[in-house]
Amino acid sequence: MTQGEFYVIYKRAQNGLCDMVIDAPPIVDKAQIGQFVHVKCQGFTLRRPISIAGFEPSTGRLRLVFEVRGEGTQWLYDHTKVGDALDIMGPLGHGFALLENTQKALIVGGGIGTPPLLGLANHYAGNAHVVLGFQNIQKVILEQDYTKTGASVTVCTDDGSYGTKGFVTQPVQDLLEKEHFDIVYACGPSPMLKAVAQLAGQKGVRCQVSLEERMGCGVGACLVCACKTQKAGKEHFSHVCKDGPVFEAEEVCW
Amino acid sequence: MANMSVNIAGVAFKNPVIAASGCFGFGLEYEDFYPVETFGGVSLKGMTLDERLGNPPPRIAESKCGILNSVGLQNPGVQAFIAEELPKLRGRDVVKIANVAGSTVEDYCEAVERLCQTEIDIIELNISCPNVKKGGAAFGVSCESASGITKAVRKVCTKPLMVKLSPNVTDIASIAQAVENEGADAVSLINTLLGMRIDIRTRRPILKNNVGGMSGGGVFPLAVRMVWQVKNAVKIPVVGLGGIQTADDAIEMMLAGASAIQIGTVMMEDPMAPVKIVQGMQEYLTKYHINDINEIVGQVQPW
Repeated sequence: MTQGEFYVIYKRAQNGLCDMVIDAPPIVDKAQIGQFVHVKCQGFTLRRPISIAGFEPSTGRLRLVFEVRGEGTQWLYDHTKVGDALDIMGPLGHGFALLENTQKALIVGGGIGTPPLLGLANHYAGNAHVVLGFQNIQKVILEQDYTKTGASVTVCTDDGSYGTKGFVTQPVQDLLEKEHFDIVYACGPSPMLKAVAQLAGQKGVRCQVSLEERMGCGVGACLVCACKTQKAGKEHFSHVCKDGPVFEAEEVCW
Repeated sequence: MANMSVNIAGVAFKNPVIAASGCFGFGLEYEDFYPVETFGGVSLKGMTLDERLGNPPPRIAESKCGILNSVGLQNPGVQAFIAEELPKLRGRDVVKIANVAGSTVEDYCEAVERLCQTEIDIIELNISCPNVKKGGAAFGVSCESASGITKAVRKVCTKPLMVKLSPNVTDIASIAQAVENEGADAVSLINTLLGMRIDIRTRRPILKNNVGGMSGGGVFPLAVRMVWQVKNAVKIPVVGLGGIQTADDAIEMMLAGASAIQIGTVMMEDPMAPVKIVQGMQEYLTKYHINDINEIVGQVQPW
């Protein structure tokens, strides 16, 4: 991991969603799909953890897609311009386990949990089926990015204003019934992760989930971003920043 | 170059900057950024005799100029620390300080006894953790309980003993005197200040523990005042901490009376802060033609 100032080379901000590309070769060099970076927001003690939506080793470009959640992300959304330097630490945490790209992957994203999975769709391409869920048509993000990877994409909205009506769980259940998958990946709200993990577990398919929690240092030193996990039947608190953000679903105590 | 080395309770530190307990894990989490030897000393994550899971999340909330935490002493227990964590620090040229907490006097004593059989250099007795229901800060808020625990631990502690004091008291100087009278070799202060944040939409406290310890830049003036008051009340060395963010803050804390300083929360904002603070302190000494950092300790000239 490294820390430094890196230039913003692209930014699009609308409807509370920000898509940003940053020139950050030292971070990109070491990045894995599913890791995150810790971004300094002016005037705040705590950095904001933002998942890596994409990275390009040939150009050193890092893509971050995030939603305004509070004052820190609001500052990033409002005040960052192309040409500005951002103070970023990363890459942090452990990414997703990647199988051979000939294996079949089911990728499930909910809301702002969608961006960190995009790299997986690139990796598995035609061997991936992606199910994305959003509240409504206004909240749908990255659909085209996912489609471009060659993966099959199903979009759901809670209110049916776009795609299939309802939560992601129904299409996920149907796909797991109909097709064979070697692995399931999920990122999104906790109830969604729990439901997807259960469905995968019932079919005996390995499932990895990406978790989030209010975070401090980002490197495993302060122990604030705790999440309850179990190993060998014993419960303890792991830490999202260092042990995660990606966990084997069977280890998570929901 | 001016002398930056200090001596606390007979232990030599190559510089007066110490990583504060709870902000620096077991000493090696920041190795990608700089070696632990950047510090004069490192106060390791607070530990207890037996493993503790800590409090449920969320364990952190932000405030203006700082944070609140409610980790609740998550640690693997002294035995696991000695077996698995301490060996990783072997051979590293940094003063190793074990921060010890507990629920009962017996727990404190047994944990300290075990740690005294290791290469740990200093015991930092944590009688000021605000995030645990039993023990912790309860020992640190009255002169009687603070002197009682210090007396009991002193009997079994064969290493230099530093007592970490709570700011959540009316008269911190009298508590410092109480632990000095029972044989403490040094005091460190301040631990965090008990605080609370509430989410106005959900009307729920942000911390699952409802309350937590505040740290960061916002507490700095309070810490400076308390260090000054304690320095004027005791003869043993005072280690100052609480909201130090820059080399200038560190110098200010030493002028107030600190023989060494600890930094913690600032590393969340800037992981490189320790490097900048050590360097900045050196530059201050050069700029003001001071040959030895020890010359500034307690040198504030009060009105």
